[in-house]
Amino acid sequence: MYQYNEIDQTLIEERVTQFRRQTERFLKGEIAPDHYRTLRLMNGLYIQTHAPMLRVAVPYGLLSSKQLRKLAHIARTYDKGYCHFTTRQNVQFNWPELAQTPDILAELATVQMHAIQTSGNCMRNTTTDHLAGICKDEIIDPRPFCEIIRQWTSFHPEFAYLPRKFKIAVTAAAQDRAATQLHDIGLHLVKNAADEIGFKVFVGGGLGRTPIIGQVIRPFLEQKHLLSYLEAILRIYNLYGRRDNKYKARIKILVKEEGLEKFTQLVEAEWLRIRDELELTAERIQEIQQHFVPPAYQAAAASDLSFNTHLTEDAAFAKWVKYNTLEHKIPGYRAVFISLKAPEVPPGDVTDSQLDAIADLADQYSFGEIRSTHRQNLILGDVQQADVYVLWQKLTALNLATPNIGTVTDIICCPGLDFCELANAGSIGVTKEINTALDDMDYIHDLGDIKINFSGCMNGCAHQSVGNIGILGVDKKGTEWYQITLGGSSENNAAIGERLGPAVDRNQIKDAILDILKVYIKQRLSEDESFLATVSRIGLEPFKEQVYASH
Amino acid sequence: MQVIKDKKIIENTWQFIADDQVLPATGDISVSLTRWQQEKQQLVQRDSLLGVRLDPSEEVADLAEDLPKLALLELNFGLYTDGRGFSQARQLRHQYGYQGEVRAVGAFMLDQVYYLVRVGVNGFELENPQHLTWALESMEDFSYSYQPSTM
Repeated sequence: MYQYNEIDQTLIEERVTQFRRQTERFLKGEIAPDHYRTLRLMNGLYIQTHAPMLRVAVPYGLLSSKQLRKLAHIARTYDKGYCHFTTRQNVQFNWPELAQTPDILAELATVQMHAIQTSGNCMRNTTTDHLAGICKDEIIDPRPFCEIIRQWTSFHPEFAYLPRKFKIAVTAAAQDRAATQLHDIGLHLVKNAADEIGFKVFVGGGLGRTPIIGQVIRPFLEQKHLLSYLEAILRIYNLYGRRDNKYKARIKILVKEEGLEKFTQLVEAEWLRIRDELELTAERIQEIQQHFVPPAYQAAAASDLSFNTHLTEDAAFAKWVKYNTLEHKIPGYRAVFISLKAPEVPPGDVTDSQLDAIADLADQYSFGEIRSTHRQNLILGDVQQADVYVLWQKLTALNLATPNIGTVTDIICCPGLDFCELANAGSIGVTKEINTALDDMDYIHDLGDIKINFSGCMNGCAHQSVGNIGILGVDKKGTEWYQITLGGSSENNAAIGERLGPAVDRNQIKDAILDILKVYIKQRLSEDESFLATVSRIGLEPFKEQVYASH
Repeated sequence: MQVIKDKKIIENTWQFIADDQVLPATGDISVSLTRWQQEKQQLVQRDSLLGVRLDPSEEVADLAEDLPKLALLELNFGLYTDGRGFSQARQLRHQYGYQGEVRAVGAFMLDQVYYLVRVGVNGFELENPQHLTWALESMEDFSYSYQPSTM
C-alpha cells in the first residue's frame, strides 16, 4: 500500500500544528465559534449529541496492521474502547474530548493517518471497490488512481469552501461495488476501442434528500487528463453551484437545473483551457503504481488440499466460507470478510481488543493489510486457503465470524438518534430488534442476498434510498416513525428505492420488515430469484397489502 | 489603516468608493463592477490608480478586456463559507494573467489566508491589527503542496 514520503508526512504534521493552534485560540475565545466550526469540520470533528465525534480518513479503505493498532490505542486511551466503521470506509470515534483532539490527530500522524477533509463542504475521502487489486473482474488496480486523487484533493486551495460536500468514487471492475453512480463524481476505469485504459466519467449522482443517479459526462477520458478534468468539474461547481439553499447545493442539483448538455459544455470549455498544464505523466502514474505491486503470493498455495477437506467435514465452516469469503484472482487465495454485524453489536462497531486481534491476524495471514468496506465490514484480502480454517476459528472466538455478509442482517446503519444530533429516529435499537427476530441463521441464508440500509434521518448516511429495503427514520410531532422503500440498488443497476406507503411507527417497523421478507419468500419463483428481482417482477403491491393489512 | 501586500504589512493607499458616494478629487480608488461599467470613460481620465471590487456572484470574464487598466482587483467575501472568491482569484491570475494586486476584503477568515495566497491573492484587508500578524504567520503553515499553485 501507499507509503508516505517526506512531503506527505510533513504536510499532515503541519496540519496537526495548525489545528492545535486553531483549537487553542478557540478555547481562549480568540476564534469565533462559527469560524472554528468550519475549521474543526475540515479536520473531521463534529459536535454531536453527547460529545464530539471524530471521523478519521481511511483512504480508499486500506489500512495497515500498524494503523489498526493505533486506532485500537486511540479507542482505548481517548474513547470508550471502541470505534465505528462508516459507509464511506472511514472510522469514527464517538467520545473524544475536544481539547484532546489535536493529540489524537498527532498520534494518527505517526502512522500516516489523519482526519483532513472528512467533513465540511470540501472534497472528501475518495472511495473505491473493497476488492480492488484482488478481484477477478477488474481491468486494472484502481487504487493508484485513488491515491493520485487523494493527493490532489488534499489541501486543494481553491476547492475548500464549496457549496456542499463533494465525494469521488472509483472502480475498475465489471461489478460496481463502490456505488460510483451515487457519487458527485464516479470514475469507471474502462477500455476504449484501441484497448487503452481510461475513465468513463459520471457526474451528479448522490443520495441524501434528493437521490439522483449520476450521468455520463465523458465516455472516455485518457489517464493523463484525470486531474484536469476533475479540476474543470470542480471549478464550474464552485462558481455556479447553488449556495442559497443547502439542500440544493450538491452538484447533482446544478447538473439537473442546467441540464447535462449545458453543464458538459461549461466543463469541457474549462478543461480545454487547463488540460495541458495539469497533465498527469506516465512516469507519475507508474511511480504511484509501484506502491501497489502485488504481495509475494505463494505459487504452492493452490496445491493445498486441507481447505476442501474442512469444507466437506465441517458444515458450519462451509456455511461461513460461502457467505464470508470470496474467490481471489490468485489461485489458492481467498478474500475473507470480518463481519462487524454480530447480532447484538451496533453495525460497524469494533472494540479496541478486536482491532488489536485483527491486526495480529492480518500480520499472520494477510500481508499485514486490512480493508474496510462501504457495507461497514472489514476484509483480510490475501489469505491462503490453507489458513482459512484456522482463521475462521480465531474470528469465531472474537465474535467476528457471523456468517451474514450480503444477507438480511448485514444491515448498513447510521448511528441514529443514540449518537447523532441530526437524527430524527433511533436506528441501532430497531436494527437489534430485527436481528433478534431473525435469529435463525438458516432462514437468513434462505433469504439470500438482501441489502437493508437504515438511516435515522433525511441526510441518509446509511444510503437507505439505494437499499434493497430502505428504512428512513422520520420525526412526527416528537415521535419516531419509519418510512420504507423497496427496490433500491447501488450496484451496476443503480436504482432509487420506491416508497412502500405511509411511514410506520416504532412498534410496527420490525414486523413490517418481517412481513416484507415473508412476502418475498412466498412470491419468489425459486431460491435463485433474488429479493431485488422479485420486487422488480411483482412490484410493490403484494408487499403493501401484507404490511398495511396486518397493522 | 494597515493591510498586507506581498507578505508585508503596509499602509493602505486605496479607498473604496460606494456607488452612492461622490468620487474624491484625488487618490487611488476602487469601485463596484456596476459603477466601473457605467463610468469607465470618466474614471480612466483620473490621475490615479484604479481598482474594481468584485462580488462573489460577478463574473471575472466581464472585466477581461479592462484588466490592463486596473491596478487592483478586490474580491469581496460576503460570507467566509462562500468559496467563489477562490476560483475568481485563480481565474484572474491563471486564465487572464492578471499581474496587479488581488486583494481579499470582507468576511473571509484569518485561517483562509494560506489558501488565498495559493490561488493568487496577494493583498489582505483585515479589521483587527493582531490578525495582520497572525495572517502573516499562517502564510507559512505548510511547507509543501500537492497542487500547482498560481503563486
